Amino acid sequence: MSTDNHYDSIIIGAGPAGLTAGIYLARARVKTLIINEGIVGGQIILTHEIANYPGVENISGYQLAMIMKKQAENFGCTIINGKSVKSLELENEVKNVTLSDGSIFTTNSIILSPGGRSRTLGISGEDIFKGKGVSYCATCDGDFFTDKEIVVVGGGNSALEEAVSLTKYAKKVTIVHQLDHFQASQYAIEEAKKNSKVNFIMKSSLSSFKGNESIESVDIKNLETNEITNFKTDGVFVFIGYSPNTEFLKDKVELNRRGEIVVKEDMSTNIEGVYAAGDSITKLYRQITTTVADGTISALSVSNYLEKSRINKN
Amino acid sequence: MLNTNLKHIEDVVEYNKVLKENENVMLVCGRMGPMCIPVYGIAEELENDYKNVKFCDFEFDTQEADVIRKLPEVRGFMGIPFTIYYKNGKVVKATSSIQTKEQVKTILDKEFGVK
Repeated sequence: MSTDNHYDSIIIGAGPAGLTAGIYLARARVKTLIINEGIVGGQIILTHEIANYPGVENISGYQLAMIMKKQAENFGCTIINGKSVKSLELENEVKNVTLSDGSIFTTNSIILSPGGRSRTLGISGEDIFKGKGVSYCATCDGDFFTDKEIVVVGGGNSALEEAVSLTKYAKKVTIVHQLDHFQASQYAIEEAKKNSKVNFIMKSSLSSFKGNESIESVDIKNLETNEITNFKTDGVFVFIGYSPNTEFLKDKVELNRRGEIVVKEDMSTNIEGVYAAGDSITKLYRQITTTVADGTISALSVSNYLEKSRINKN
Repeated sequence: MLNTNLKHIEDVVEYNKVLKENENVMLVCGRMGPMCIPVYGIAEELENDYKNVKFCDFEFDTQEADVIRKLPEVRGFMGIPFTIYYKNGKVVKATSSIQTKEQVKTILDKEFGVK
């Protein structure tokens, strides 16, 4: 095995979990490589302002991610960006990772932190009208909808908080949610309900987008009666959660029915030497703070695993 | 000025100069926000692979960016960034909002051909 391409640990994904694991491992003098397909920072770069990360009053997700990246690199972590994983061989003590450009790396341990992505509705017209009425970011595109009528899809904290924030621009915001209740915090629900510009259509979902140059209406299906109503709107904001980026791990590690990586308390998976952290694992709460904690635990577990492996060999 | 490693265009004079001096241009007009940063990142990553294309950015919230906002090809756009592809100074494609690397590569290959 080439020593240049061999690492004590390889981390797949450079979101907060992967970068935190990189900081901890590199600082512990573990030769560490982070491989990242998208933009360093993962989902947090999609957050305009983070106000609840302890110790930091206000910071953008992009800025926080760049600080984490710098910390990891300063401690000696190598980061390969813009390359996807083509294949993984995890079963043996020395594991192989082949990248999209054909380069091959070997390692004694792996941390899987591929993160997640915003879920889309997956209905007719969604891709055609993306950026022409369909949006996934209120802070980015809200001002295009000044004095217009819009729909917000979803029932969690993001949907309700963004619906209220969009009332700064839009003259009417209609929240469409498939359940008869919201999953958001009581505070977010109350803020939305007391805002006179916010209306609600419950037990309903969107079935298609319609328009020409931009969205002009949506079809809304009542999930109790199956009745479909055409609803005039200038735009639709979608906030319906995240999906894990674990398609490449199918049949490699244990996943649950939602495609999340099954981990134990120490972040180990069902494969020896393979750990996981961040938004792609089975867990209840997905926050930057929890993903950073996952990254820390996985790194400490990997350090322990590598140390035990070394002792056993001697 | 946008915090990217791309060539920054800051006024109409520079905009016209870039279009005149480069056969193929990809211009990302946006803010330092969640939908725009990934597209700047994609452009930065592809810069080495597409030597025949000039990659640049333009800050959306400036008076000078009117030259982009008023293009007929962006009528109906309601999501940033506005990404414009030019060949010999003419707009050949324009997209609104976040795009994937594959979507950008497909446009570059189709509009600008061999790398």
